[in-house]
This record gives sequence, structure tokens and C-alpha cells, in this order.
Amino acid sequence: MTDLLIMLSVLFISFIAGYALISKVPALLHTPLMSMTNAISAVTILGGLLLFAVETTAVEKVLGALAVIMAAFNVVGGFVITDRMVKMFKKNSK
Amino acid sequence: MDNYTALAIDLGIVLILFAGIWLFRSPRSARAGNLSAALAILCALTAVFYRHEILEPRIVLITLAAGSLIGSIVAMRVTMLQIPSMVAFQHGAGGVAAFLISTVELTRGAELAAVAHASGLLGLVIGAATFSGSMIAGGKLSNRIKQTPVFLPFHNGVLVLLATAIILLCALSWNAPEYGATYVAGVVILSIVLGVVFSIRIGGADMPVLISFLNATAGLAAAFCGIIIQNRLLIVCGATVAASGSILTHVMCKAMNRNLANIFTGIKQPQNRGAAAVSEAIAEPAPLDDAPPQDPWNTAIEALRSARFVIFVPGYGMALAQAQFKVVELSRMLESGGAEVKFAIHPIAGRMPGHMNVLLAEADLPYDRLVEMDAINPEFARADSVVVVGACDVVNPAANTAEGTPIYGMPILEAHKARRVMVCNMDTRPGYSGVNNTLYANPNTLLLLGNAAETIERLIEGLKK
Repeated sequence: MTDLLIMLSVLFISFIAGYALISKVPALLHTPLMSMTNAISAVTILGGLLLFAVETTAVEKVLGALAVIMAAFNVVGGFVITDRMVKMFKKNSK
Repeated sequence: MDNYTALAIDLGIVLILFAGIWLFRSPRSARAGNLSAALAILCALTAVFYRHEILEPRIVLITLAAGSLIGSIVAMRVTMLQIPSMVAFQHGAGGVAAFLISTVELTRGAELAAVAHASGLLGLVIGAATFSGSMIAGGKLSNRIKQTPVFLPFHNGVLVLLATAIILLCALSWNAPEYGATYVAGVVILSIVLGVVFSIRIGGADMPVLISFLNATAGLAAAFCGIIIQNRLLIVCGATVAASGSILTHVMCKAMNRNLANIFTGIKQPQNRGAAAVSEAIAEPAPLDDAPPQDPWNTAIEALRSARFVIFVPGYGMALAQAQFKVVELSRMLESGGAEVKFAIHPIAGRMPGHMNVLLAEADLPYDRLVEMDAINPEFARADSVVVVGACDVVNPAANTAEGTPIYGMPILEAHKARRVMVCNMDTRPGYSGVNNTLYANPNTLLLLGNAAETIERLIEGLKK
């Protein structure tokens, strides 16, 4: 139980810290920001991997495999596309 | 590995992640920021492999490789116009992962503490609703589904009913763990329906709000997922994303002067009275085609030729016509002729937060030309020419005057204060808000209607002569 309370505090504190950090991001970069945070939210991939850390039934294997594919798609796709976007932002070359 | 080492490693990973977001404060360091965040996730992944024995390494490696491969192929191929729908579909993928993991954890039959059980259910509901909501949003943004809002009979009633049914099922699953799987399946299906019903009613210019909101819920689903599997990295990352989505949602709402509840419950401000007020307002000034002094094209070209300071106002129409390349070409031409050029970016221009910036950056416009609304508004009065490209509601002066209309009170780009305004829109129909644009009737406004890419091309050709 105390563990879970700690987890809830972690949730709360990270929300505040994230809020403080992200408020500093200029509107100019809001699209890449959303794309990057989208990739970050695919850390659920850790959960997908951990499903396979114990014995699994056939159904669980299928669901777990699907979860890992989706999350991997999200994480890799998100970071690659963000990289493509932020690369385009150039200061005047003249 | 003892607990303290593990904690230290996790803290390190969180620091790398936060450093990444910190670097996102400026476009110069944003690329490093993105790489840093990616590194944090990679470290987290490695840590999992290191700490836990994976019993099915083959499944895990194959799925990881498959997902990553598809992800990178899609990400390399997608065009900047497709970014909003791509991001929406990715929110959906994140939602799927979250509700699948919650499903497995809840139905495994392991003893769950109350908080973990509740988090699992929240992860399930939010994940599934985020999935279907994002699919609808992505479908609308990529024009696979009609963009206009769809209203069901008793729409709010249906939403309440669905939510009540979900809560009821969750409560039932709490007391009858032996039927866990059935209840979980029921909750997932109802949540998917909820997501669909919720998002079909949102369309057009409200899309930036929806997509930001889904960003927040995808993060929240990940965080709850983290609580049930007791993984603090998941919680931290999820909560950070939830915070980011919340900020963007708030920024979008503020930029439209609407509140979230109104958008999500389908309330538009009273329209009848407002519409009347606007049609009066627009009837007053003489319509332009009454006595056009001369060809608007020549007037526009001459005005641009002599302009010392030009402000461009891009909108979603520019994206649709793929006119950003022509617009940037025109801006270069004006600059090489000695004029000062700026781009005024309204926060809600486009279909997701910051959409215009990305499109114009793609067309090689240096980012110091992109100016946010609050900074550019005082400058319109000194602008010789304003070129509106595919934007309507964001420059509609009726937002200041037409009380009772949906856009009343919305902050706008004050293009009407410039000496000369050229409107390169498809037509003079009202924008998403449905409110007639009083800017079109101003005596100093030139209407250059048609496909924006062709219109801008015509201006470029004219300037060359």
C-alpha cells in the first residue's frame, strides 16, 4: 500500500515538473513538442515487455505482442518524425 | 541490483528525459532535446531487459523489430501536411498499448491492491477511449472521414449513458474477480464506443483542441498503466506527457476564447442572435464588386511592389492548397526587393498546435520570421500590406464587435489595421465558426480569390514583370 502511495506521489510530482518544463516551450515548437511527447507516452512499451517477465497464456501472448508492436511503432515513429520536423527549423542563413 | 541502485538509475533516466524537454525551449537545441528524450526511453528499455528475465525473448524481439520498422518507415514517408493525422494515429497506438497491458494485468488473476486495481481500470477506460477517439480524429484529419461534426440524437445523453455503464461494469468487476475477463472486455468495448461518440462531434477548427486533449489522455493512460505494473518510469513519462497535453489544450482553448466543457459538450454560443448582428454589420459597407476602382490584381501587385513592410497571415487553406512553398518564394522576393517580411501565426491556425510553423519551416522559411500573435498585433498598424493566405476566422474583426456570435471575444490577428489587406482565400464563405468575415467588406481589402497556390503564383509572376 505504501508503495502505491509513493507511486501516486510520483505521478503527481512528475505532472508538476512536466508542467513547469513544458510551459517554457515556445508556440513555434508546439507541433514537434506534441509529436515528441507522443513518442514519450509510448513508454508503455516497458509494460508490454514486462508482461513477458512471467509465464503467459496464449491469449496473453497475443495481447502482449500486439501491445509491444503498437508501442514500438509509436515510440520509433514519434521520435523519427519529430527529428524530421525540428531539423527543418533554421535560423536565417543569410 | 539493490533498490537504491535501481532508484539511482531510474532517476538518471528521468533526468535525461527532463533535459530533453528543457532543450526544447529553443529551435536551435530542439533536435538535441528530441534525441535526449529518445535516449531516455532507450535506457529505460535496456534497464528492463537488464532487470527482468524475459521469458519469451523471441516474441519480444520480433514484435519490437516489427513495430520499430513500421514506425520508422511511416515516419520517413509522411508529409508535413499529414503530420496532424499521423500524430493522431500515434496517440491511438499508444492508447491501444495502454489498454492491452491493463487488460492482461487485470485478468491475470493476481491479487491486486485497491489502488492498483483502480489504476488498471482507469488505464483500460482511458486507453481504449483514447484509441478510438484518436482513430476518429486521425480519420477526420486525413480526410478519410468527413471533417464536419456529427451530431447524434441526444448526443450528451448517449455520452452520459455510456459513462454510467462503464462505471457500473467497473464496479461489478471489483466485486466479482472470477468474471474479470468478461467485465474487462465489456469495459473495453464500451470505452471504445465512448471514444467514438465523444470525438465525432468535434470537427474543423476545434481539431487542435481534440488532438491536444488526446495527447494528454494518452499520457494519462500510460501513467495509470505504470501504477498497475508498479513501474515508476512509466508513471513519470506518462504524467509528463499528460502535463504537456494539458498545457496545449489550455493554450488552444484560450486562443479560441472557448472553454473545454463547451467544446466537448457541443455547446456553441447562441448563434441566431449573433448571425443577425453580423449580417447587419456586413450589409453596411458597400460590397466590393459595386465599383471596383480597377483590377484588384494590378492594385495588389503595385501595392506589394512598393510595400516596405509586409505581414503574411497563413491559415489552414494554405496547407490545403500546399501553397507554403509559393508563399515563401513570394516572401523572399519581397525581401530581396528590400521589404521587411514577417509571418503572423495565430495559435489555432491549422489543424494542430503549431501546424503553420512546421509547414513554413518545411518550405525553408527561417524561423525568426515566424511571429506569435501577441508580438505581431501591435505591428499591423505599421504594415503596408497584409497577405492573408487561407485564413478566415483568425482575422475576422467581428470577433471584437459581433456580440453573441461563436467567435465573439476570440483574440484575432489585427490584419484590418494594416494599410492594405490582400485576401488570398478560396472564396468569401465564412470560416469554421460560420460567422461572416467583416474584413472582406473593408474598403482597403482586396479579394484575390481562388486556389492559394495559384493566386500567389500570379502575384509572383506579376511582380517579376
